[in-house]
Amino acid sequence: MGNVLVVAEHRRGELRDISFEMMAVAPRLAADMGGEAVALLLGSGIDDLAKKMAGYGVKVKVVDDPLFENFNAEKYQKALSALLDEQKPAVLMTGHTAQGVDFMPSLAVEKKLPLVTEAIDLLYEDGTLKATRQMYSGKVNATVAFKEAETYLVTIREGALEAPDPAAAGEVEKVDSPLKEDVPYRQFVEYIEAEVGDVDITQSEILVSVGRGLKEDKNLPEIEALAEAIKADIAGSRAATDAGWIPHDRQVGTSGKTVKPKLYIALGISGAFQHIAGMKGAKTVVAVNKDPEAPIFNEADYAIVDDLFKIVPKLTEKLKELKG
Amino acid sequence: MKTFVCIKYVPDTSEAEVKVNPDGITVDQSRFSFDINDADNYAVEESVLIKEDKGGEVTVLSIGPKQSEVMIRMAMAKGCDQAVRVEDDRIAAHDPLMVARVLAGSIKGQEFDLVLTGCYAADDGHMATGVALAEELGVNHASMVNKVEVLDGKVKVHRELEGGLAEVVEIELPAVLTIQTGGNEPRYAPIRGIRQAQKKELNVVGLDDLGIDPAEVGVDASQVVLEQLYIPEIEAKAEFIEGEPEEKAEKLASILVKGGLL
Repeated sequence: MGNVLVVAEHRRGELRDISFEMMAVAPRLAADMGGEAVALLLGSGIDDLAKKMAGYGVKVKVVDDPLFENFNAEKYQKALSALLDEQKPAVLMTGHTAQGVDFMPSLAVEKKLPLVTEAIDLLYEDGTLKATRQMYSGKVNATVAFKEAETYLVTIREGALEAPDPAAAGEVEKVDSPLKEDVPYRQFVEYIEAEVGDVDITQSEILVSVGRGLKEDKNLPEIEALAEAIKADIAGSRAATDAGWIPHDRQVGTSGKTVKPKLYIALGISGAFQHIAGMKGAKTVVAVNKDPEAPIFNEADYAIVDDLFKIVPKLTEKLKELKG
Repeated sequence: MKTFVCIKYVPDTSEAEVKVNPDGITVDQSRFSFDINDADNYAVEESVLIKEDKGGEVTVLSIGPKQSEVMIRMAMAKGCDQAVRVEDDRIAAHDPLMVARVLAGSIKGQEFDLVLTGCYAADDGHMATGVALAEELGVNHASMVNKVEVLDGKVKVHRELEGGLAEVVEIELPAVLTIQTGGNEPRYAPIRGIRQAQKKELNVVGLDDLGIDPAEVGVDASQVVLEQLYIPEIEAKAEFIEGEPEEKAEKLASILVKGGLL
C-alpha cells in the first residue's frame, strides 16, 4: 500500500501549522504512489484535534493514551516503530521541527530506513521518490533521490508549503496505543515560556532589525539613532541575539517572534529561511546587505546592496531632515 | 564525566557567492573560508563548562581534512584534552546516517557519559547526525539543547522549541545532546591554552584503523542519492536602489518619507 502517514504535530492543546502545511503535499503524493494520505495523532484527550485534522479531507488515526500527554521523542519512536511494522506506509512524514528532528533520525537508524530532512518539495516519478531541500544558507537547492525502500522517512520544512483550505471531513479511527509502558529514561519536566521584554515587537509598527552584519555591539548606537529618528523598535536575527547584541525576546524568526509591522528595515541580515518565516508578514520590507546574493532580497520591496555602515548614518540624517 | 564533542569544519557561505561544480553534485569551495560550525562551537563550550564543573575529560572528534586541524587545536586550546580526526574518502558524506555510523564507530568500545555536537551544520543543514548517532550508540538523546544541568546519573536539559518556548526534560546518562546556538558564550582560546594545545594528542585515523567496514558507510550503503545541486532562481521583486552610498541613502530616505511609509 502506498499510504503516506503524516504525524500531525500538536502542542498544549493546539495543532501546529505544519500539520496543515503537510496536507499540501501528502494527498498528492499518496495518489501518485497508489495509496491514501493518513494523519496520525499521538496524544491524550485529543478528539477535537482529530476532528479538525480530519477537516482537511484525510483519514485520521488517533492514539489516545495518557502516556502521550506531552511530546517525548523516545515514546514517539517506540510508537512509530510499531506502527511502521504494522501498517507499512510508503512514506512517513513529519515536520522539520523541534519534535520531528528529535526522533526521525533515530527511527531511521533503528528501522534501517532512508531519511531526507527539511524537504521543501517531494515528487514521485517513475517509481522513485525525490525530495528538494536546501543547503549553504539557502543558496543551493539539492535534489535527493531515495533508493527503493519499504518506507521513506521525510521531514518537511515549516512554512515552505501553503496549507490547503479545509475540505470534506475524513474519517476518524481510534487505534490502540502501541506503547505498553512509560519510558523511565526520558521524562518531560515542564515548559518554560519565553522571557518577556520591555517591548513586544509583534505589536511594533516599524522595526529596524539587525543581523550578523552589525559585526559588534559597539556599532549599535548608529542603529539606535536611526530607530529613534523614525520611532521604530529594534529587533534582530538569530545571529544578533546569539551574539548578545539584541535581547532574546526581540529575535525575529521561527525560534523567536513572528512580526507583521508596516515597515521592516533589515540591516546586515542575510535572510536565512528561519528569519524570513518570522517577517514575511511585514507590509513593506527594506533590506540593506553587502552580499548581492543574500536571500533577504527575495523578500524586499526596496533593496540596497552595500555596507550598512555606509548607508545608515546618511539615511538617519536625511530622514531627520525630510521629516523636519 | 567523560565527554566526546563532535565538531565539523564548514565553509562560511553567509556572504559568499556559491557556484556548483560541473559535476553537478559539489560546490566550488576554493574561495570559501572555513571554520568550526557555529552550533559545534557552542557544543565545545558546553563540554568545557561541564568539565570545569564536574571534572573529567573531553575528547574532540571530527571527520574532515588535514586543514581542519587548526579548528581541532583551537578546541583543545579552549580546554578539550585530546582529539581524533577521521579522514577517509570512502565515507558517504552526503548522508548524515552514514556520518553518524562513522562517528559511532569512532566512539564505540570507549567509556563515555556524554556526547555533544551542534544541532545543525551550516553547510548541509540536515539536523540529523546527532540524533542518529545516539541510536547507533544505543543511548538516550535530546536535540536542540540550549541549557544543560548535570545531575546524578542524568542530565536536565532545556530544548529550544519554536517561538522561544523551552521544553525541559531529564534523561539518563550516557546520552547524546545536540546543542543549539545561543545557550552559552563561547570563549576565546587563551594564549597559554593555544601553546598547550600543540602538545595535546591528535590522532588521525581512517576507517580501517577504526575497524569500520567501508561497505557499511559508503555510497552503496547509503539509501539516498544526491542527484543534483543547483542555484535556486532568485524571485526578487525588490526595487534595487543604485548609486554611490550617499545617493542610495538619500533616495531611500525620500522613498520612505514621500511614499508615506513612516
